Amino acid sequence: MSRANILALAILVFLFGLWEVACRVLAIPLFILPPPSSIAATAVLQAPLILPHALTTGLEIVCGIALALAVAIPLAMGMFAWPWLEKALSPFLVASQAIPVFALAPLLVVWLGYGMAGKILMAAIIIFFPITVSLLEGFKGCDREFRVLFRLMGAGFWQTMRLLYWPWALPHFFAGLRVGVTVATIGAVIGEWVGAQRGLGFLMIQANARLKVDLVFAVILWLSCMGLLLWYGVGWLEKKSIHWKNNQQILE
Amino acid sequence: MLSVSGLTKVFDQQPVFSGFDLTVTQNRFAVLIGPSGCGKSTLFDVLTGVTGADKGRIVWQDTEVAHLGDLAAYMHQKDLLLPWFSLLENSLLPARTGGEDLPKARSRAIQLFSRLGLAGYEEHFPHQVSGGMRQRCALVRTLMFNRDLVLLDEPLSALDAITRKSLQSLLLLLQSEFDRTLVMITHDVDEALLLADDLYLLSAKPMRILEKIVLHGDKPRRFDDPELLDIKAIILEKLEGDIDNVPC
Repeated sequence: MSRANILALAILVFLFGLWEVACRVLAIPLFILPPPSSIAATAVLQAPLILPHALTTGLEIVCGIALALAVAIPLAMGMFAWPWLEKALSPFLVASQAIPVFALAPLLVVWLGYGMAGKILMAAIIIFFPITVSLLEGFKGCDREFRVLFRLMGAGFWQTMRLLYWPWALPHFFAGLRVGVTVATIGAVIGEWVGAQRGLGFLMIQANARLKVDLVFAVILWLSCMGLLLWYGVGWLEKKSIHWKNNQQILE
Repeated sequence: MLSVSGLTKVFDQQPVFSGFDLTVTQNRFAVLIGPSGCGKSTLFDVLTGVTGADKGRIVWQDTEVAHLGDLAAYMHQKDLLLPWFSLLENSLLPARTGGEDLPKARSRAIQLFSRLGLAGYEEHFPHQVSGGMRQRCALVRTLMFNRDLVLLDEPLSALDAITRKSLQSLLLLLQSEFDRTLVMITHDVDEALLLADDLYLLSAKPMRILEKIVLHGDKPRRFDDPELLDIKAIILEKLEGDIDNVPC
């Protein structure tokens, strides 16, 4: 184990140890701050309760990402293909970022009800922008000489897109997606706070109201794990899709 | 034969070149050399069709064409191999984009691989082979264009000495063994002297050809050849003299 790993582990053990000891020594009531041990126990013992909610939230996040991708990818390609389209749309894109999206959550409940649709839309709205922008920047970053090469090879725009621009932009795309999946979780949870019938955000609000703070923390723990899972999922996908990148530094 | 006549390109009412004429004979290595900012890149863009010319004719093999985009192959100091394709896939790109019969193109590419000492490396990826092999693969790709004219738009001076030398000899191979006509646009005098059959000196803006110098020495040439050094002095004097004349 490397020195950095040992230090990280030590910090982790120290913080949780301090928390655990403080709770016991100061006799902090469970409904104010439960010790890590009881949070962990709740997270495991209450799994049958938490799991269905986690599945709902997970589905919302994944659908939100899928929806965002379905809009962002064609949009970025279109704006790259036709610069006038980018010129026309970019003011709207920037303006859309000025709207505090979380403030839309109550409206989405009014419009789309307590079901999953509002949460999916919420997650999608939040992440489609970073994905669009990173993809577009990725396309634009393609070197001039490669474009000349494809031009002289007689490749059309969409053929060049498939063979050159898309793989070229993949690292950018994944950087955007990484940011996206983390934020998508927040979007889904906030959507559920505002009004939902199930989901981890809904469960948290319920537990909080009943002062079941250990359950609140257990849900946060689950959410963190889901976030990590998504993060590593994207990382795994990135490694699979950008097979050439892993060995590139050998020559560079 | 490539013949350009009366080529004119105006940017912001300033002519980059106007009435530009150039004739390049079959199977010659033509090098256009001029000071930075003289309009070389614009000429290249017009020739390849990135931007249109305002006036003028481009004639290749007795046929007038709008630009050389569909007629010329392209070679660059960087190998421009795509890291996500194997060497063979990279060399097959022109066949793929040109809608050629792929199995046929494939067997031709494999022949060229073995001719250029790349046999057995078809399925390797660019990052797995040496810089020299990547250049040879880029050469195979250039040949797979099936075009008699090869355009080079940047000098090789950014490369290290060894890579540069190997690329220079590959370019000469293109000319001598594969009968290509080469047109290179550069600002590097030494390189021009090593490679060119016909050297065209370009003026500052508005760009025109100051002089055509025909080099007779056998290739590969040596930098310290006294005859070349004489010519180099003349070229530098002409190019500098022309820059001094620019009113500014």
